[in-house]
Amino acid sequence: MKVLAAMSGGVDSAVAAARAVDEGHDVVGVHLALSRMPGTLRTGSRGCCTIEDSMDARRVAGQLGIPFYVWDFSDRFKADVVDNFIEEYREGRTPNPCLRCNEKIKFEAVLDRAMALGFDKVVTGHYAEVHIDDDGNPQLHRSAEWAKDQSYVLGVLTTEQVRHCYFPLGQTPSKDEVRAEADRRGFSVASKPDSHDICFIPDGDTQGFLDDKLGVEPGEIVDRDGAVVGSHEGTHRYTVGQRKGLQIGYPAEDGKPRYVLDIRPVSKEVVVGPKEALDTIELSGSRISFAGIDPVASGLSSGLYDAGVLVSCEPFGCEVQVRAHGDSYPATAWIDAGHLRVRVVDPISGVAPGQSAVLYVGTRVLGQVTIDHTVSADQESLSRA
Amino acid sequence: MSVYLDHAATTPMPAEIRDTYAQALARVGNPSSIHQAGQDARAHLESARAEIAGLLGLDPMELIFTSGGTESTNTWIKGRTFAMRQAGVDTPVWISTAAEHHATLDALQWLETHGLARTHWVDVDRWGVCDLGSLEAALDAYPAADIAGVTTLVGNNEVGSIQPVEDIAALAASRGVSVHLDAIQAFGHRELPLRQWGVHAVSLSAHKIGGPVGIGGLVVTRNAPAIEGLHHGGGQQLHRSGTLDAAGAVAFARAAQFAESTRVQREARLAELSVRLRDGLVATADGVHPSGHPTERLDHIVHVTVEGVEGDVLLYLLDAQGIRVSTGSACQAGVPEPSHVLLAMGFSEDAARGALRFSVGFETTEAEIDRVLEIFADVVSSAREAGMAGSAGSIGALAQ
Repeated sequence: MKVLAAMSGGVDSAVAAARAVDEGHDVVGVHLALSRMPGTLRTGSRGCCTIEDSMDARRVAGQLGIPFYVWDFSDRFKADVVDNFIEEYREGRTPNPCLRCNEKIKFEAVLDRAMALGFDKVVTGHYAEVHIDDDGNPQLHRSAEWAKDQSYVLGVLTTEQVRHCYFPLGQTPSKDEVRAEADRRGFSVASKPDSHDICFIPDGDTQGFLDDKLGVEPGEIVDRDGAVVGSHEGTHRYTVGQRKGLQIGYPAEDGKPRYVLDIRPVSKEVVVGPKEALDTIELSGSRISFAGIDPVASGLSSGLYDAGVLVSCEPFGCEVQVRAHGDSYPATAWIDAGHLRVRVVDPISGVAPGQSAVLYVGTRVLGQVTIDHTVSADQESLSRA
Repeated sequence: MSVYLDHAATTPMPAEIRDTYAQALARVGNPSSIHQAGQDARAHLESARAEIAGLLGLDPMELIFTSGGTESTNTWIKGRTFAMRQAGVDTPVWISTAAEHHATLDALQWLETHGLARTHWVDVDRWGVCDLGSLEAALDAYPAADIAGVTTLVGNNEVGSIQPVEDIAALAASRGVSVHLDAIQAFGHRELPLRQWGVHAVSLSAHKIGGPVGIGGLVVTRNAPAIEGLHHGGGQQLHRSGTLDAAGAVAFARAAQFAESTRVQREARLAELSVRLRDGLVATADGVHPSGHPTERLDHIVHVTVEGVEGDVLLYLLDAQGIRVSTGSACQAGVPEPSHVLLAMGFSEDAARGALRFSVGFETTEAEIDRVLEIFADVVSSAREAGMAGSAGSIGALAQ
């Protein structure tokens, strides 16, 4: 196969590219330039698109003897990831920019360009697996090592995108093994620390970044009955589930700590209440994607299509995961008038609009929905949007 | 078949220069040592200096060896600035164009950022050629004593246009202002009558003419205004410190001599190849436009913009077929930026992104040019498809 290896400069993508070379594929390496000012992202190993990262990736490509290029996707990254991140916070939601980057940049812009340039697949260092079922349909699965499993952040991929992905690390039992292999191969990135934080906020100060972009928009902190209990400098400073930094002058009547339950950017209100009110029993959204054939085609449910889009289906059993390294929970999901609704068996805590709910059946990733709406367990009438 | 068409980036070292270089490398001796081994190295270095200076019609002491063109330009611009400040001019004014090489632009911007100098940017026309009216206005906008100098390319490294150096130098001279030339692309390709022009400083590089990477020259004429050295630790003519590279200088001189002795015949040949390539590129695919001045240009550079594509995609597709070219613009961590030269010439960012620079060399053949022309139309159509796929606002083909 002719494959394009996306090389971030980290150890995972280096080993993934090396394995693709070993398997005899025709490999070309590409590093994505996502910032127009790479110099500003030169702080340690926090980000994932610094000048150092690009040099690291280039060095590995040299060792592998494969051609290597830098592709500039900074315009798209700014429009689709950074600006979207800011907009989501403005709207009172909690976005996951890494997921968005996978959706819009790595597996859309890059994959489309790769296909147009005659590549068969895109290779990345993600810990996940692609299976092909008996009918030739692609399926996305969790990696062998669940602790490193990254299938959640790939949940936004479409069927055709999954078909053109190749994850050589999917069956590797541990990251230590990947590091040891990198060391054996003589890669200087063998012991390079994992990237963390948000790459376009290299100092890690998300609040400062958002303050800078969104400015100060004072508003009120209210309880669930609408009584004003404090004030704030901008709804973007709060995330559903947050406890610290509320700066409420006096305690709740029941003496219990208060948590952010809801963010209402239009009225500039931050709603607070007891921890129990964070327990979510149901979530839903209309931005749905399936990382393989849909639940009806998979025989999990029956339903109706409108112009090829599954607009309703009967409830089916699955598990749901709402954050990258979180647990998954038993649930029932169904589609009702274009909205995917997920009801969990036991309430789960800290679900915020803007997050992705990824549905699993066993190890298989069925698809995901971006959460627009949640229903609290203790007070089903309080729904958050 | 691999076709190397990036001679403006660097060009192969001919076998005879390689031999000269290797022999020189085999000799031991620091040119600054007093013993006979040092004297021997010094003798080689000084005859190399005399040889290169002689080719330029200069005296040996008017040439300083540097590590290359970028250092030469930085030495002149910063050294001149520091000398003027030393003499009591707090913020000297540089006069330059926005189509300069990054060595000049970045040095000027660095000085400005640090409050050490400022720059008056002169307009360029649609070919990247300095507008003389705009230059004259700039020269008249400041007292001559405040002007650090004019600095300009001889031949543009991206689009190949030649500047009207004689006119620029005459305008500057009439106000008593010094002129620095970045002759890195032009050296060895064009005649450089430095004395006749009356310029005071010139940046040169060895590896663009078949010499080694790591050595270049800065001409500082006898009548040039004072400059301060940037690095200290004993030095040649007080301008530059560091152990002198005798072998590099010998190879540089050999390359300069080779370039000059073959120049007329070689340039005619390069012009033929360039015309064949440029005309072919324009004829073979739609939306291909040659850029830079149509006649007053460096004969080894062919620059085109291609509508509806990203230059880096074109570069990738050509590279995959063994054809080595450049987008012509500077790279930050390998990130292609729209060329500042094209933007200065009035191109839109989108149009500037479709830039491709081919540069031919002495050993380039017609067959190599024809190989490029044979595949170029297909490459452009593939790049257009891929460009659409990757551009902002496109709907992913594989997205739902």
